[in-house]
Amino acid sequence: MSDTQTAPPAVTAVDAPGRELPWRAALRWESGLVIVLIATLIFARTQSGDFFTPSTTFYIGLNMGEIAIMALPLMLIVMTGEIDLSVASMLGLSGTIMGYLFEHHWNIYLAMAGALVVGAVGGALNGVLVTRLGLPSIAVTIGTLTLFRGLAEVILGNSTVGGYPASLTKIGVVPIQGTQLSYSVVIFLALAVICAIVLHATPLGRAIFAVGLQSEAAHFAGIRVGRIKFWLYVLSGAVCALAGILFTLKNASARYDAGTGLELNVVAIVLLGGVSIFGGRGSVIGVVLSVVIVGCLQQALTQMHVDAQVQNIVLGGLLLVSVIVPNGGEAVRRIRARTRRRVPA
Amino acid sequence: MVQLRRVAVLATALTVGLTAACSSTTKKASDTGSPTATGVKKGLTVYFIPKDTQNPYEVIADNGGKAALSELGGKVVVSSGTADTAAAQIPSIQAAIQAHADAIVIAGNDPKSLCPSLGQAYSAGIKIVSFDSDVQCPNHLFINQADTKQIGTSEVDLLAKQIGSAGDIAILSAAATATNQNAWIGYMKDQLKTYPNMHLVKTVYGNDDPAMSLTVLQGLLSAYPTLKGIISPTTVGISTAAQYLSTHKDIAKKVTLTGLGLPSQMKPYIHDGTVKAFELWDPGNLGYLAGYAAASLASGSASLTAGTKFTAGKLKEYTVLPAAGDTGPSVVLGPPTVFDASNVDKYNF
Amino acid sequence: MTVITAPLVRRMFRAEGLLRARELAIVIAILVVFVATTINNHAFAEAHSVQQLLTGASLIALLAVGETLVIVTRNVDLSVGSVVGLSAYVVGDVFVHHPHTPAFVGFLLGTAIGAVVGAINGLITTIARVPSLVVTLASLYIVRGIDARIVNGKRIDPVNVPHAFTEVGYKTVLGIPYLAIIVAVIVFVVGYAMRTFRSSRDLYAIGSNPEAATLAGVPAGRRVVSAFTISGALAGFGGALFLAEFATVDATGGTGYELSVIAAVVVGGVAIFGGSGTVLGAALGAVLLNTINQALVASRISSFWNQAVAGALLLAAIAFDRWVGLRVNRRMQTAEGAHRDV
Repeated sequence: MSDTQTAPPAVTAVDAPGRELPWRAALRWESGLVIVLIATLIFARTQSGDFFTPSTTFYIGLNMGEIAIMALPLMLIVMTGEIDLSVASMLGLSGTIMGYLFEHHWNIYLAMAGALVVGAVGGALNGVLVTRLGLPSIAVTIGTLTLFRGLAEVILGNSTVGGYPASLTKIGVVPIQGTQLSYSVVIFLALAVICAIVLHATPLGRAIFAVGLQSEAAHFAGIRVGRIKFWLYVLSGAVCALAGILFTLKNASARYDAGTGLELNVVAIVLLGGVSIFGGRGSVIGVVLSVVIVGCLQQALTQMHVDAQVQNIVLGGLLLVSVIVPNGGEAVRRIRARTRRRVPA
Repeated sequence: MVQLRRVAVLATALTVGLTAACSSTTKKASDTGSPTATGVKKGLTVYFIPKDTQNPYEVIADNGGKAALSELGGKVVVSSGTADTAAAQIPSIQAAIQAHADAIVIAGNDPKSLCPSLGQAYSAGIKIVSFDSDVQCPNHLFINQADTKQIGTSEVDLLAKQIGSAGDIAILSAAATATNQNAWIGYMKDQLKTYPNMHLVKTVYGNDDPAMSLTVLQGLLSAYPTLKGIISPTTVGISTAAQYLSTHKDIAKKVTLTGLGLPSQMKPYIHDGTVKAFELWDPGNLGYLAGYAAASLASGSASLTAGTKFTAGKLKEYTVLPAAGDTGPSVVLGPPTVFDASNVDKYNF
Repeated sequence: MTVITAPLVRRMFRAEGLLRARELAIVIAILVVFVATTINNHAFAEAHSVQQLLTGASLIALLAVGETLVIVTRNVDLSVGSVVGLSAYVVGDVFVHHPHTPAFVGFLLGTAIGAVVGAINGLITTIARVPSLVVTLASLYIVRGIDARIVNGKRIDPVNVPHAFTEVGYKTVLGIPYLAIIVAVIVFVVGYAMRTFRSSRDLYAIGSNPEAATLAGVPAGRRVVSAFTISGALAGFGGALFLAEFATVDATGGTGYELSVIAAVVVGGVAIFGGSGTVLGAALGAVLLNTINQALVASRISSFWNQAVAGALLLAAIAFDRWVGLRVNRRMQTAEGAHRDV
């Protein structure tokens, strides 16, 4: 099983555009996303009278903030060719820990620190299982998805913990003074900038690209593949814990089932952002654009009273189109080549 | 008529052993307040935010609200998530604020999580009404389907009557965090103290998902072979359990099932003898009352002050009850109806 | 070409022989859980309880069979839960409007709906060469959305489902539930096919080394599409069984099943990156997970522990697999060396 991890990825990736510079591919993707974004805005403008009001920005930020924050470390993990499906469960677990500690008379900031530590430890568990034991990350993180949520359920059961200081829970009610930005979205943007610098302008970033493109080659080039992956999982755990803290404060309550099922939304955003599921390709700007698109689309559809589950048709369709279109040309070329090859035979 | 209704509620409440505190609040409610029958503005927009948009029970309630507002010349917008989570309801509250709705009628998926958003809506001048499942936020009116305590106690009484007030019993609930479920279960436990020979051995949660409900029910039956009765205060739970028992007659012989169910769904099980009796109110009337309450609040013809009276169309007049415990100002729809073989066919919800 | 395929096939056969030990391990695990729980609570071994264990595991086991076919080709199908929901509701809706529809038509219809979704998944995956994780994540959303549109807040009630149909969900033969028999037959038929037919063995070849398989002349695209179609068809059939078992369904039927199914498959010893694993193992994985869930309730442990225990168990199963896998690998390498010498 370990050699399947280091071997060239699946069937479908065999002639993925790996020869192209990763940056260029990403840029092309981003221009596509910009077009989709413009189309979304036009759609929202024509379909919903309430869309271009100042509070829309705030609400989109409020609704997307935590999901967007979790998308950043997940993006880095996916770029190394791995995945983390436990993100939303970690959000729930960290909120639970924070609520539990707060209920037991911990100082609120200490309770938050406790949640972050649990996040990092949970991430480290994923990291150890994936890098040390060489287990497939998709299986490991489905396991921890269940485990983290289960621990949260054991801790809080059917109780809800509230009563946090109003100075903190206001992040769920008001934007940062003088702007229409929610606190969570500002934290996301700050993290995105850091992420972008690290990914696109440091040796570590280049190493992440390299690990995703050719894990074995990266290893022989002296990159400590295991170590990078391990720390990315720790980072993911801690950042998801941060998202859990924000989520808890925003809702002014902690419960074990907070954010159930969000993992698929986070994955969808990362993929829509142009990050290749096989690793080695992606950009922070793509993920940011994807967050904005999904946020605007959901807001507009909600304003149009479209049922949330029916909204999923749009999200799913977008995801599908976003992967088919870039591969479409490739597929046509391949089919043509095959028929040409067949004719003389 | 109204007095009669109140007396009826009071009488039922007393027979099931309601404490003096609650009955005195009812009395207090009727001696203040000014009867305002009319004065509802036309063209009101009311956002109905059910637990989720796909739950048939909630859909019946929403339709009741639509009927109310169409009688009043206003309109209802139904908006919510598809999972029963507070997070999924928040975007709908925001949409209501942005659309400058006059009132929001919400069935809370969580007692506290919605308060920040509802607070925003309130400060934007939107009147807040909760129904079905209350939220623990200030400045709103709760339309209670039936007195919370009364539901809890009457469920236990209903079961006790059928199993001779003795034996092990269990509860099959919805989500572990559901406000209304936990409130009812709390009162069930209180009421059980009056039956020394009945023992609540376990509460299991089926999350209002038939598959999950069946799994936990099966586990329950094998874990507690001596089980005599099950109370399932949720329509999904009771119908799943009834389906299982009706196909496993030997178990049905030993175990008595009751709870809150929709007559339309429970009809076959009443007729084949699997279930003897269960309870519910008309969810359509609940939504209808909530619609009238929301419209009256938005028109200023009703307020949150205890004792305020307002008219709810075909349901006649209602009085706002004062806050008590975790519940703020509220209105009670009426006593729940007990359904059995004699009347189950008369209802179509 | 035979030069390449011959060792490949031989390797697979040997791998399968060793993997039978894996299935034995799950059976032992099931028995251990069962006996331990029975000592604690004798009612756990009563006929009813055992019937419940089988019925409760049937649906996930069925879906796990289809999922196994897809996963051995190094793909994944996340849309199964949504397909169950859609199929269950549509079949129920047909019964509502045409109460005299024969039961078998319901099952056929459900299967057909699933097969169509599965074929679409497979075609997009192979023609556009898009990773199946993305394709089926998208179809998870889309199919659920379509389901929600069709359901539109309604619900299928037990009164509307014909008796002949719901009987399938609860009747027993010699004490064995119909559901369990149906699923067992499917497991053995598919399991036999996977070992016997060339085209099924191709699935393993594609999963263990796609390039080599293509070079060896395996029509990889066609095989992958078939795997997805079968997975979809079984999920659609599962939707009809869902309706038969519960006699009621709304827009949420089957929500979240995808993760339970993948968990069962992984516990059942199917390698998530393809190339190895059996449908019997996957089905047994489903039985084990269900047995543990029921055992927790039967042992009177708070139901709040269910998920935590299931998660820990899943991780243990993956780690155990890895350990066994390493040993098998080592043995296989030595065996292959010996073979070459001959």
